[in-house]
Amino acid sequence: MSDALRSVRIILPYHLRNLAHVGAEVALPVAEPVTMRRVLDALEGAYPMLRGTIREYETGERRAFLRFFACEEDWSHEPVDAELPCAVKEGKEPLLVIGAIAGG
Amino acid sequence: MSTVRVLVGTRKGAFILTSDGKRQDWKVDGPHFAGWEIYHMKGSPVDPDRIYASQTSGWFGQLLQCSTDGGKSWEQPGVKPEDATPTWPPAKSNRFLYDVSPETGKPLTTHQWYDGTQHPWEFKRVWHLEPSLTDAETVYAGVEDAALFRSTDGGKNWNELAGLRGHGTGPKWQPGAGGMCLHTIILDPADPNRIYIAISAAGAFRTDDGGATWKPINKGLVSNTIPNPTAEIGHCVHHVAMSPARPGVLFMQKHWDVMRSDDAGESWREVSGNLPTDFGFAIDVHAHEPETLYVVPITSDSLHFPPEGKLRVYRSKTGGHEWEPLTKGLPQQNCYVNVLRDAMAVDSLDECGVYFGTTGGQVYASADAGDNWKPIVHDLPGVLSVEVQTLA
Repeated sequence: MSDALRSVRIILPYHLRNLAHVGAEVALPVAEPVTMRRVLDALEGAYPMLRGTIREYETGERRAFLRFFACEEDWSHEPVDAELPCAVKEGKEPLLVIGAIAGG
Repeated sequence: MSTVRVLVGTRKGAFILTSDGKRQDWKVDGPHFAGWEIYHMKGSPVDPDRIYASQTSGWFGQLLQCSTDGGKSWEQPGVKPEDATPTWPPAKSNRFLYDVSPETGKPLTTHQWYDGTQHPWEFKRVWHLEPSLTDAETVYAGVEDAALFRSTDGGKNWNELAGLRGHGTGPKWQPGAGGMCLHTIILDPADPNRIYIAISAAGAFRTDDGGATWKPINKGLVSNTIPNPTAEIGHCVHHVAMSPARPGVLFMQKHWDVMRSDDAGESWREVSGNLPTDFGFAIDVHAHEPETLYVVPITSDSLHFPPEGKLRVYRSKTGGHEWEPLTKGLPQQNCYVNVLRDAMAVDSLDECGVYFGTTGGQVYASADAGDNWKPIVHDLPGVLSVEVQTLA
């Protein structure tokens, strides 16, 4: 454990980029241990217009039609306090926030 | 010269249509919030350049947007990091939290589900935004699952008027096919404490004390789709309209039946008269002639398109009963669109303009109270709502 800050890369879906007025990828400082909860806290802190759009206000649960991918693995159902893969906290790989596919 | 601004919410964004008082040539601006469902937009009567919008998505949930420059730019109230205190830390402008406190929420946590069991209240979206008639910072929101919220700080924070859900009949409310939505909010210009609301499929309700206490106002409604057709609640009210010039006289498009009340909803009587079908969603009242009203008959609850494929607005100049079809400029063959409950509005120019949008993406306008129509736009996404601002 340490309080060292890591620069975590996050890729947002199209509509959330527009809401936050950012490009495809943002990089944010996140204190170790780098967990999903800490990354999302940092994201919502930097871009408060995203609050409530990725996880529910009251429960903090991931919204049903969003998924979290990292290092080619689905992290959507992992505990939010689990440490993310080294490649994510080292900035080598981004955390992807993905909207579930729907259409017709 | 006057300007007319038409606020159009669609399945895939918001559009703002503007014209001068002649209402012949239109500028189309949009889409704003492209790709998002915009259930409703409405401007403040106090400050017309302040426009509130309900932006919603099955993926990302509910957002509240506000413009202070007539729709040129938008922001979620109170969430800009560069805002100075007291607007920082950010407001929770998209947080609609049901009141379950013992003091005011009672608590009331369940309503009737489709299978007759009790089901928790679950927030889904904002259907309708109604800015205050006297304060630009105050705005009401009608939401699904049905409840009424109010913000007094320009949409930064929302609080439920829990007396509505808690007045006693809440556990009997149940969703219609479109969900259990509070879709109509009417503020009485003559009495700031009087508000009317309507819910599918619970009925109409009224408060006379600013939202603290509520009562059902459904006497006279007859719905053969519920076990007791004249029950106090359970009616699928699609929309209610009232002329600001004559508070207390209400017109309702129910699931079936066009209804009228002359006593602030205490009693209703049917005025469907010679309509080809009295099923429909939209209803509105002429800006200057309180006995002139408009509906768009829809074939049936099973066939959500106009009878015979002919898009006809029906106008009554006698407060109901006697209706005339208005067809000039509207498609009279092969038309199978719907006109949703919040998708009709009137302007307040001397010659009243009437507007409506369709699920096929057309927005039609009449600059002569319905005698002649023409489309402002043909090919928008499906229209969810239409509101009109008449600007000096």
